[in-house]
Amino acid sequence: MTSPPSGEVIAKPAPGGFGRVLDHRVLLSIAVLAVLPWLLPSKALAVNVLIYGVVVMGYNLLFGYTGLLSFGQAAFFGAGAYFTGIAIGRYGVPWFAAVAIAVGLSTCLAAVIGVISTRTRGIYFSMVTLALAQLVYYVALQAASFTGGENGLRGFTVDRISLFGLQVNFLDPVNKYYVLMVLAALAMWFQSRILNSPFGAVIEAIRENEQRARACGYDVERSKLVVFMLSGAISSLGGCMLALHLSIVPLDILHYQTSGMIVMMVLLGGARSFFGPFVGAASFLILEDVISLWTPHWQIFVGAIFVLFVLFLPKGIWGTLLDVIGIGKARP
Amino acid sequence: MDLSLIIMQLLSGIALGAVLVITALGLTIVFGMLGVVNFAHGALFMIGAYAGLYLASLTGSFWWGLLLAPILIGAFGMLIEFVLIRRLYGRSIDDPLLLTFGLSYILVEGVRIVFGSDGIPFPTPPQLIGVLDLGIGFFPRYRLFVIVLVAVVLLALWLALEKTRIGLIVRAGARDPVIMQVLGVDIGRVWLAIFGLGVGLAALGGVLAGPMRSVNPEMGSLVLAEAFVVTVIGGLGSIVGAVVAGLMVGISISLVALFAPEMATIVMFALMAVVLLIRPQGLFGVRGRTA
Repeated sequence: MTSPPSGEVIAKPAPGGFGRVLDHRVLLSIAVLAVLPWLLPSKALAVNVLIYGVVVMGYNLLFGYTGLLSFGQAAFFGAGAYFTGIAIGRYGVPWFAAVAIAVGLSTCLAAVIGVISTRTRGIYFSMVTLALAQLVYYVALQAASFTGGENGLRGFTVDRISLFGLQVNFLDPVNKYYVLMVLAALAMWFQSRILNSPFGAVIEAIRENEQRARACGYDVERSKLVVFMLSGAISSLGGCMLALHLSIVPLDILHYQTSGMIVMMVLLGGARSFFGPFVGAASFLILEDVISLWTPHWQIFVGAIFVLFVLFLPKGIWGTLLDVIGIGKARP
Repeated sequence: MDLSLIIMQLLSGIALGAVLVITALGLTIVFGMLGVVNFAHGALFMIGAYAGLYLASLTGSFWWGLLLAPILIGAFGMLIEFVLIRRLYGRSIDDPLLLTFGLSYILVEGVRIVFGSDGIPFPTPPQLIGVLDLGIGFFPRYRLFVIVLVAVVLLALWLALEKTRIGLIVRAGARDPVIMQVLGVDIGRVWLAIFGLGVGLAALGGVLAGPMRSVNPEMGSLVLAEAFVVTVIGGLGSIVGAVVAGLMVGISISLVALFAPEMATIVMFALMAVVLLIRPQGLFGVRGRTA
């Protein structure tokens, strides 16, 4: 269902030359992420914010910018993690090659799921993506010889990483954070590049008014499929980061509860804003961290807070903040 | 592999499908009338099972649980519509979905607090323990009862929708709520009742499923995915579609379990994918209602 067209003009300045590619929002986001480990109570929490931030950012491309509410993003998050783990543990592939292979294969998976699910619209799309992601979950559960089944994937550990000729001790949490941040920064640059491209304008046009976009001559179905794959690719990179970070892949990563968590994070932070996903991931994880200190039933509070957000703050923390200080319209 | 075994498995599939039909029906009726996809449907199914179990142990009879749990949980559903969902009419179609998703978190965790995280066995009512000799094999009495009860409920629902004045209002309200308001029908009350009915059906499905599966806080999440698959195959908003697709899914799960058990959990998703490739609007869906 398309929302009524807003008065807002979607057209953006065309990216002029290579210098415009690194838009300042990427640099600002990287700057914030660079100091994050010293702002949060633990380094482990900061790593999680980074990982989920990337996953949610990829998802935001689909939900926030294109307006497609998928409930199956966990499939790509999980696929990225599983493929990385399998490539390293089973085939002894170096870590960066494993990440590249994992993102490639996950994008293929996104293409398959996308071909089926983008044939449907509106509410149907949410239900179909959920069901297909559950299919991936059950396949991973059954293919235990590859994935470890219910116990999750184990038996691969990355302890040393060579980065630009440097040997880095990956067990040290600070080193780990900054190595993963390089991947996150790459993902942010890529996402910003997509949003600034003409294609980025097309997907927002589809969100604002699908029929009008079609009438303007854009191939809506193909654009949806492409954005579904791009979104899956970015989220799968988050999965790769998780696999490198944990050295295990829990089966739960593929469950639709994880997809739901990604949806929650993007809404808490603010869909449709560039940095919102990181704010959302951080607030969700901090909330979980704080509440689980005094009750194991933290989910009841998270659920309640989420309900309140849907009712009263649909633009999320970051989106509302940008509106309040008056730069929401420019969407930095 | 002889024929009688396949027929028995087919019957099992129908019993399994019957529960799916009741659950998916609740989902599809609410969507057809209100345009709301209830993501808490699985959680309410689970709460229905717990309520049935609790009421059965309180009154000492399964039958009271079976009767009262859907009514109580249905009333609870009306409360949810009145307090939360009602605020979201007129907003994006995604909003009720997101809200009910958050709600399912609250419900599942709430049940964990009250009843604990472990599964609880749901005793089969004494009258229905054991098997019945069908001539070609033995079939559990309880499953036969489930099939019959669901058939009766479906018949009653069909009669209520097609033959009564209230049913007429409901059907017309699904077509065009604005005209109904112009004609002096309080459509808000109709929606309240329909939401309650949908949730009540989820709870009924939960109570019926109780003795066939064990009762635990996570049982709803599996059911939600199954109900989604059924409504997508049948066509969202189509009652006939929910019945046909529910039985189809139930039967294919049972039959596949016979030949390739490891494929049983996967087959319904494959079925859905095939249906979507051929008919994106579902078997009985109307084109244009997919949005």
